[in-house]
Amino acid sequence: MNNIIGLIFISLGLAFDLFGCLGLVRLPDVYNRLQAATKCVTLGTCSILFGTFIIVGFTSAGMKCLLCIVFLMLTSPVAAHAVARGAHRAGIKLWEGSAVDKYKEDKEGEK
Amino acid sequence: MKVFKWLIGAIVLTGIVSFIIIKPIPFLFYHGLPNTAFVGRALFIIILASVLCLYRIWKGPTGADRIVATDILGIMIVGFCAILTISTHRSWYIDIGIAWALQSFISTLAFSKFLEGKSFDE
Repeated sequence: MNNIIGLIFISLGLAFDLFGCLGLVRLPDVYNRLQAATKCVTLGTCSILFGTFIIVGFTSAGMKCLLCIVFLMLTSPVAAHAVARGAHRAGIKLWEGSAVDKYKEDKEGEK
Repeated sequence: MKVFKWLIGAIVLTGIVSFIIIKPIPFLFYHGLPNTAFVGRALFIIILASVLCLYRIWKGPTGADRIVATDILGIMIVGFCAILTISTHRSWYIDIGIAWALQSFISTLAFSKFLEGKSFDE
């Protein structure tokens, strides 16, 4: 029973990984690609690790899976935010169909 | 014209994924271990996603695209190591995954600071 539940979690994570990478290829802009690719970390790989934990159980490998989930949840949004901030400050243009650019208005307000 | 491009892309992707799911190419090292049939298919789906990331690294218009794609490639390898753990019951594959995630995080922060044009002290 644990085996089947774990395999369902891993299948869900594989689907999220595949469609996240498809969005990384398909979408038109750096920021849109970043938005698609960050879903593939938190929902895809963390779901794969949780399914591995359910299959393996409370062994050393399972506890390392939980540790890796906590580590990914802490670090991945920080890395995504740093890349988006650096790209905007480096002057990379938004896609021409974009509606608003709030960060530019905030930077004008600082000066 | 755009609709034809989308249709061709969707047909090619569905064909590759269904070919992987129906008839996987066998590796030698997991024969005779538990969950063999599932693990073979899962490893090939992760390899397909990594190939899509490599396309974006090869053809990224700006540097930020390449940084994002490299980060996601590292995360894919963490999932690869987790699936290998199910098949072989060796816990040191997860050690490789944790170390890879840590190095990927640090390198992404360093590259984004380099992109911003400032040093670490600010």
